[in-house]
Amino acid sequence: MPIELKNVNYYYNRGTSMEVHVLKDVNLKLDRGEFIGVIGHTGSGKSTLIQHFNGLLRPTDGQVLYDGEDIFGEGYDRRALRGHVGLVFQYPEHQLFETDVFTDVCFGPRNQGLGEEQIKERAEASLRLVGLGEEFYKRSPFELSGGQKRRAAIAGVLAMEPDYLVLDEPTAGLDPGGRDEIFHVLQTLREERGIAVILVSHSMEDVASYVHRIIVVNEGKIAFDDVPREVFRHYRELEKMGLSAPQVTYIAQALRERGLDVDPLVTTVPEARDSILKALEERKHGC
Amino acid sequence: MLRDVTLGQYYPVESPLHRLDPRMKLSATMLYIVSLFIANNPACYLLATAALLLAIRISRVPVRHFLKGLRPIFMLLLISMLFNLFLTGGEPVLVHWAIFTITWPGVRQAIYMAVRLILLIMGSALMTYTTTPTSLTDGMEKGLRFLKAFHVPVHEIAMMMSIALRFIPILADEADKIQKAQMARGANFEEGSIVQRAKAMVPLLVPLFISAFRRATDLATAMEARCYHGGAGRTKMHPLHYQSGDRIAYLLLFAYLAFVILLRVIL
Repeated sequence: MPIELKNVNYYYNRGTSMEVHVLKDVNLKLDRGEFIGVIGHTGSGKSTLIQHFNGLLRPTDGQVLYDGEDIFGEGYDRRALRGHVGLVFQYPEHQLFETDVFTDVCFGPRNQGLGEEQIKERAEASLRLVGLGEEFYKRSPFELSGGQKRRAAIAGVLAMEPDYLVLDEPTAGLDPGGRDEIFHVLQTLREERGIAVILVSHSMEDVASYVHRIIVVNEGKIAFDDVPREVFRHYRELEKMGLSAPQVTYIAQALRERGLDVDPLVTTVPEARDSILKALEERKHGC
Repeated sequence: MLRDVTLGQYYPVESPLHRLDPRMKLSATMLYIVSLFIANNPACYLLATAALLLAIRISRVPVRHFLKGLRPIFMLLLISMLFNLFLTGGEPVLVHWAIFTITWPGVRQAIYMAVRLILLIMGSALMTYTTTPTSLTDGMEKGLRFLKAFHVPVHEIAMMMSIALRFIPILADEADKIQKAQMARGANFEEGSIVQRAKAMVPLLVPLFISAFRRATDLATAMEARCYHGGAGRTKMHPLHYQSGDRIAYLLLFAYLAFVILLRVIL
């Protein structure tokens, strides 16, 4: 059940003096079970791009297919689609509105027209997944901490049991503790439910250690679409786009320039540690 | 979508109208509205329409943009037309059926009312399209300074207005975002009975109110932090001065007004 974008173009304010060509001829295919990072500088069009995945925005030109079907074809049920492709916006805690956490999480499944029993089950299951226990059910969403609010909001989308979960900057504005909580939730999610997670971020650091595929968006175009290692190989071009490779990649490069034979394309701290230790070991033997 | 609120938003193009002093544009709009109520015959309205179209032409804002801005007031227009059509008495009677009576003065009144409303909205839209909110309130503050003598807090009112105007696009954006977020959770804003649709607004309005309060508090803190203490002794970065273009515009404005009065008197 892939999501496919075919030659998608999108304009804001078409035909006025404020016209902006946001997406330029985008072609993408996202499969179930993938863990993808979408990276781009502020204003690169990444947030616009993901709103095409569940039909919130209609491409000015081109097609979006889910499971081979055009989601803007006649009679296509886009509300049902939004249950399959869950989208968590930036600062999702701003969408909370109910008097208590539990009822708020029920909003999604209730809109799907499920039975009362099933709604409750799903709400409980997703709150458990994000690590909010029963003591939170009856609390007002507005008395929670920032990280808890965000997890409650994510649970609201998870309760719809999507096959794809798209998150726009899920860690923006959180302290390191809150950030780790969110990433922990995402990993559990993939392991327990096997759903595809698509993570939007402007920070390579966040994404590099988790995802298996990186899509780099630059000025409305897909600049790179590959495994992290291959994408970071182009770190000089990434810099021109206002992005960067993870810090460890730079350290590895610098070590190499100083004559230590480390793998220049390490992307995570453990990888770098292993590579550096190995290089040191070899050097010792060489002497 | 909510983002499409065209009424009252600045339209950034370069034109002689955009460069005029905001005080000039404010008084022009006011006098234009007065002229619409002075007008009482087709010739006056023709002149008013022609003047507005000319001004729109000079402003280089597409007419399409104005028409889009008229959409939200369509219902109001329709209702006021119907009221005028059916509730104006007089002679001669054109149609009489059950409790409905349409008279010739009624028809005339309805048409005048519609034209007047459309021109009024488009005229004031022209001002907001060609003037940024900041210069608008600047103009208002300076233009109404004489009211200070009567203890009217002119600066405070202008500040409140500029903040309110500044928040319109922000809140519209915010509403758009929240609406999308709720739609992503399967909310349905488009279908259902009136009661259902009103209920569907709750998930939109609650977060919107909360966000408005949050932004208001943040703004108050930011102003406080920069030692804002009202208008006393505050200087401007760009003080307003009339240019030759403004004088010409004033001349044209008074000529137009004189013509409208003349047309009313002689016809």
